[in-house]
Amino acid sequence: MIAAAHRTHRGYAAFVIHRLSGVGLAAFLPLHFLALGTALNGEAALDDFLRWTAHPLLKAAETALVVLLTAHLTGGLRLLALELLGWRDWQKTAVAMSGGVSLAAGLMFLLNLGVP
Amino acid sequence: MPDGRTLEVKVWRGRESGRFQAFTVPRRASQTVLDVVSWIQRHLDTTLSYRFACRVGMCGSCAMTVNGKPRWTCRTHVDKVAEGDTLTVAPLANLPVVKDLATDMAPFFDKWAKAQGRFVPEDDRPREFHIVPPETSERRAVDAGIECIGCGVCYAACDIVRWNRDYLGPAALNRAWTLVNDVRDAGNPTRLAAVAGDAGCHACHSQENCREHCPKQINATASIAGLKRAAAIAALKGQL
Amino acid sequence: MSVRSETRLWLAQRASAAVLALCVIVHLATMVYAVRGGLSAAEILSRTRGSSAWLAFYLLFVAAVVIHAPIGLRAVLREMTTWRGRSLDFAVVLFGILLAALGLRAALAVFA
Repeated sequence: MIAAAHRTHRGYAAFVIHRLSGVGLAAFLPLHFLALGTALNGEAALDDFLRWTAHPLLKAAETALVVLLTAHLTGGLRLLALELLGWRDWQKTAVAMSGGVSLAAGLMFLLNLGVP
Repeated sequence: MPDGRTLEVKVWRGRESGRFQAFTVPRRASQTVLDVVSWIQRHLDTTLSYRFACRVGMCGSCAMTVNGKPRWTCRTHVDKVAEGDTLTVAPLANLPVVKDLATDMAPFFDKWAKAQGRFVPEDDRPREFHIVPPETSERRAVDAGIECIGCGVCYAACDIVRWNRDYLGPAALNRAWTLVNDVRDAGNPTRLAAVAGDAGCHACHSQENCREHCPKQINATASIAGLKRAAAIAALKGQL
Repeated sequence: MSVRSETRLWLAQRASAAVLALCVIVHLATMVYAVRGGLSAAEILSRTRGSSAWLAFYLLFVAAVVIHAPIGLRAVLREMTTWRGRSLDFAVVLFGILLAALGLRAALAVFA
């Protein structure tokens, strides 16, 4: 497709991140609910599951999910502002801001994992 | 005067299916892409079909896809867009191709009509003239979008147009927004019903390709956001 | 679907988004706090079991997600695939019901 070159601006990046994070979260949520539901089978069942998630690969996935959630949230806030408040010039920087906040949230989560 | 350098230009030939044909064109200072296409048609291949009219950035007829981006070729300097010494010119995206670089603009304007992009007068002559002070928010909203000349660049740039055949597109929706804000117009809420929904303003995801590419710096994303607000209020009021 | 319904879908999507914004911020803050020093089932459940306030909060959270996610997925599928019409609407509603059932079960498991 020759059309690829015209999508290198911030608005498009914001769209892609928002869409991918949304689909990712939608795929993740049923699993998240299922995992929490194991508490119905008693503490031991939940503990088993929690031990399984202590694996570093899964911790990395969890951090990724925090980033996805924050990215979707901040991207969504940008959209709400754009659609409800009308156009403001600073809205272009909102894309960059939401990226920054997402990474910060992910970092906080990751750092908290190691604190005794 | 040609300065001895050459440009390798790939030009689309055919209709939706076709091929890129390569030409070698002498490079000149301040050359525009329209200059290049015209030179090819006059000196190398008179069967090349393309459109232009004013050649000074007023009419929008010369819009084409240049190195993947929709632009006005008369206002695109080769020096600014050439990748080294190469250039790729294709017809505007998202429209049927008549031949080579000329597209069929009918779907674009059909959607303009579908979005009720025309002024609807009141049934009766108003007793007094509508006064429209320039500082009112409605007049400012109209001013921001009224300069559209229907060139189709935003339509070609829009991903939603590409993914959703029925989507009215940024230009038609922008024009509808200027009419929604025209205090003399009597077309609402019927016009809002025409522009809302899965084929209308609600399909826009604010990628802003339209705003990014509009040669007149019109912000169709903002106009479409305005339509979303107006449609929501109309729906809540039971007018839709 | 009628234009009125599609406009209402947009409204529901944005309204649920606003609710989710608040819920997600609370949830993220709570998770970052809770994850400090690792967590065991006993630790989590001792804090959450029997808390009607948290149960209410998470039921609201689930309700907002059940509205928001299917509408979003509907748009994605309509644009990225050729799937349209009633069958797609039906499918995303089913997904919403699935989320509601699993979410309710999870909320009760942890907070009831």
